[in-house]
Amino acid sequence: MDIALTRQWVQAVAEAMDEHKDRLTQLDAAIGDADHGANMNRGFSAAVTALDTFEPESVGQLLTKVGNTLISSIGGASGPLYGSAFRAAGKALTTPEPDAAEFLAALRAGLAAIQAMGAAVLGDKTIVDAYAPALDAFAEELGAGGDLAHAAARAAKAADDGAHATIPLQARKGRASYLGPRSIGHQDPGATSTALIFEALAKVVNP
Amino acid sequence: MKKFLNTPESVLSDALAGMAAAHPGLHVDQNAGVIRRAEETRVGKVALLSGGGSGHEPLHGGFVGTGMLDAACPGEVFTSPVPDQMLAAAKAVERGSGVVFVVKNYTGDVLNFQMAAELAADEGIEVQTVLVDDDVAVQDSTWTAGRRGTGATVFVEKIAGALAEQGADLAAVAGIGRRVNEASRSFAVALTACTTPANGKPGFDLPDDEIEIGVGIHGEPGRHRQKLAPAREIVASAMDAILAEPALADAGQVIVMVNGLGGTPLMELYVVFHEVAALLADKGAAIARSLVGNYVTSLDMAGASITVCRADAELLSLWDAPVNTPALRWGL
Ligand SMILES: Nc1ncnc2c1ncn2[C@@H]1O[C@H](COP(=O)(O)OP(=O)(O)OP(=O)(O)O)[C@@H](O)[C@H]1O
Ligand SMILES: [Mg+2]
Repeated sequence: MDIALTRQWVQAVAEAMDEHKDRLTQLDAAIGDADHGANMNRGFSAAVTALDTFEPESVGQLLTKVGNTLISSIGGASGPLYGSAFRAAGKALTTPEPDAAEFLAALRAGLAAIQAMGAAVLGDKTIVDAYAPALDAFAEELGAGGDLAHAAARAAKAADDGAHATIPLQARKGRASYLGPRSIGHQDPGATSTALIFEALAKVVNP
Repeated sequence: MKKFLNTPESVLSDALAGMAAAHPGLHVDQNAGVIRRAEETRVGKVALLSGGGSGHEPLHGGFVGTGMLDAACPGEVFTSPVPDQMLAAAKAVERGSGVVFVVKNYTGDVLNFQMAAELAADEGIEVQTVLVDDDVAVQDSTWTAGRRGTGATVFVEKIAGALAEQGADLAAVAGIGRRVNEASRSFAVALTACTTPANGKPGFDLPDDEIEIGVGIHGEPGRHRQKLAPAREIVASAMDAILAEPALADAGQVIVMVNGLGGTPLMELYVVFHEVAALLADKGAAIARSLVGNYVTSLDMAGASITVCRADAELLSLWDAPVNTPALRWGL
């Protein structure tokens, strides 16, 4: 993973959030407060703008910058959660241009930051339900000798499956938990935006 | 959707500009996202700071002024503000004695205020947080993010604000804020969903003859749905939920707020208050003070929330202390 590719990833995420903002907002209207699409779109377009004038020396610096920008521009639950994830991923990287295994470790640090902050576990109907299976698939592919492109593709598929699998779940964290059993039957907006982030990664590393 | 908007995107900055123009007692810093008192407070005063998503006006900006908040941080519509806003506000209003954050219990608000408190500590500003979680429609359990913060926020900001104005220290101001929260419980009922400017249509479909019981203030659906019933029956079920709380178990003196969610006429709020008063009288509780009006709204949602706070002489005297803000003003 190099700096140019990471930039493209952030750009692709911003495009995906713009394209899917209405869908994310509709998902959030059903079990939340109808702001997730606007939140993610605002955050990643701010990240792209911030990167325009930023010349990082490493992928880590770039990801940290993205994290800080998300924290400063999103608000809501997703701002601190996604922002801390990108920041933790950036800080976990020690080499300027990590290989696939190092990149996986950084993504793991991101998930750990989300769980440390929001205390969600698998099955709570949150970001974690897409993020955790994505990393499992990523690791499995690398373990089987696959490269970054294959690992990212499998992670994207697993994240998307994970997001779909939130439909029958009852939310135990965040706003949707206020609905109790009425949260069942709806796909979680945060898990859906996580799936978009992994899909964007797969797209840029596997053009 | 019919709304007074120039564009949906500019609703917050246009509204903030209007607040600044209407209320010379406020200083509105659009860049920093901070509403604070125009007049500087005295050195040594503990500062009281709150914030949250917009769309709940007059909460919080309308409660900035003498005897209440020193600053408020408005987020986007229904979205908690970002840590940078609270940090800028804390730096602007702290006078060497620390800052109390009044935070409504929502994941977004909690996380953003927590990050702001860490940033403020890095800058040498001492922060204590009062978490408001008064809404009994949500059970506080491992199955939820905990009870929501709603109407009691007004009571916390008024009473803690009065104590801060009198010169109490950081621990005392935060302490009384927590005590008010523990003594307060709320419940809300919606007659219609609300429409955010960005979404452009109601957050949920509600047939003409049905109501949502146990809603929050962000347009999310409530605990359940039922047929519209006479006000007396709706209020009775809301009051049952409130008065079942151990915090309000023994009768005594109470402060009561019947709050409009934004789209309900004052006349109907008085109909609700009448039922609340009758039920409290049955219980042997005495209404010592009351508020009826739109204080914690949910954009254009029709509906009402009821908040009851068990009050002792100290809380009542702080309640009566002078306050001069756009939305609450007395004792001057
Ligand atoms: N504790 C948590 N851990 C992980 N993810 C969470 C947690 N709480 C909420 N989320 C995720 O956040 C998503 C909602 O994000 P959104 O941007 O809509 O913020 P919000 O909850 O509306 O914030 P706010 O409370 O300020 O309005 C949910 O769909 C869920 O996936
Ligand atoms: Mg939301």
